[in-house]
Amino acid sequence: MPSANSPRAAFWRGARDAAPFTIVVVPFGALFGVVGTEAGLDLWQVMGFSFLVIAGASQFAALQLMTENAPAFVAVASALAVNLRMAMYSASLAPHLGAAPIWKRALIAYLTVDQTYALAVQRYEDEPTAPLAEKIAFFFGACLPIVPLWYLASLGGILAGSAIPSDWGLDFIVPITFLALVAPGLRTMAHVAAALAAVILALLAAGLPWNLGLLVGGLGGMIVGAEVERRMTRAGTFQ
Amino acid sequence: MTFSDAEIWMIIAALGAGTFLIRFSFLGLIGDRPLPEWLLRHLRYTPVAILPALVAPLVVWPEATGGQPDPTRLGAAAITIAVGYILKSPLWAIVSGIVAFLGLGALF
Repeated sequence: MPSANSPRAAFWRGARDAAPFTIVVVPFGALFGVVGTEAGLDLWQVMGFSFLVIAGASQFAALQLMTENAPAFVAVASALAVNLRMAMYSASLAPHLGAAPIWKRALIAYLTVDQTYALAVQRYEDEPTAPLAEKIAFFFGACLPIVPLWYLASLGGILAGSAIPSDWGLDFIVPITFLALVAPGLRTMAHVAAALAAVILALLAAGLPWNLGLLVGGLGGMIVGAEVERRMTRAGTFQ
Repeated sequence: MTFSDAEIWMIIAALGAGTFLIRFSFLGLIGDRPLPEWLLRHLRYTPVAILPALVAPLVVWPEATGGQPDPTRLGAAAITIAVGYILKSPLWAIVSGIVAFLGLGALF
């Protein structure tokens, strides 16, 4: 008889905890299918994005730059910059899952998205001494309601895409989704300073070729945020 | 879009491989060794810096209006940020932003 915290129980606990996120994943995935189709990608290309990249915000970023006919390496570099936050996710999962076999760590890496990461790290911080097998099972459980739905929602969006007229102002849905992802994350003065600096620098540098303004704004914002945090920590005002 | 099929697949493959390497970086290669604090401090601000830098020109100088600032888009962006910030919910922010975009679009 499995104990309350067997890997099996941890797996289903992860699935249950992740279930509410389907509300975010389904519309976002469907939207990528619609916008990708509108931009001129075929079914396999849109599904290729959702399956191989499996990171919505960066997929939209790449698509946006591709429709503007930016050079291919700029589209790739800018979209990768959007995913740099996942290096931090990887770093903070490592103390908990670093002892797993390499193939499991590779699979976990592939499945690390904002929602699975956030759920897992919260769980590990609540129960830091749980056995490795349970921690891994919880992570895969959290993927269950999210990842398959991401693929399916993209497919649904592709199939609906050709039925949606092109003059609905879909161009502006992408900026709205990005703003919606960022705004809840503005938790401290350091976050707000990082975002404001990034916006100002990106607008000032908008004339640079190859969309380098994005990298100037993004890196500048990161430096400003980190510096504000450092000073607030020293002054004892950083929460 | 002027990319060929081969170029599109190259972009997808490069982005897929690069994204995997970012996710695998510490978990896979560094394992459970600790990271320098200054690096973690910068990585913490990637989402709140990169995404606004990407969006700012799209909001202020949208291609759909020929690069002219547009009250509908500026208003919808402001409402999205305000709702997301106050309710701490991406979902409600998206919904409010789209409703605001359609509503303001009917006004202006």
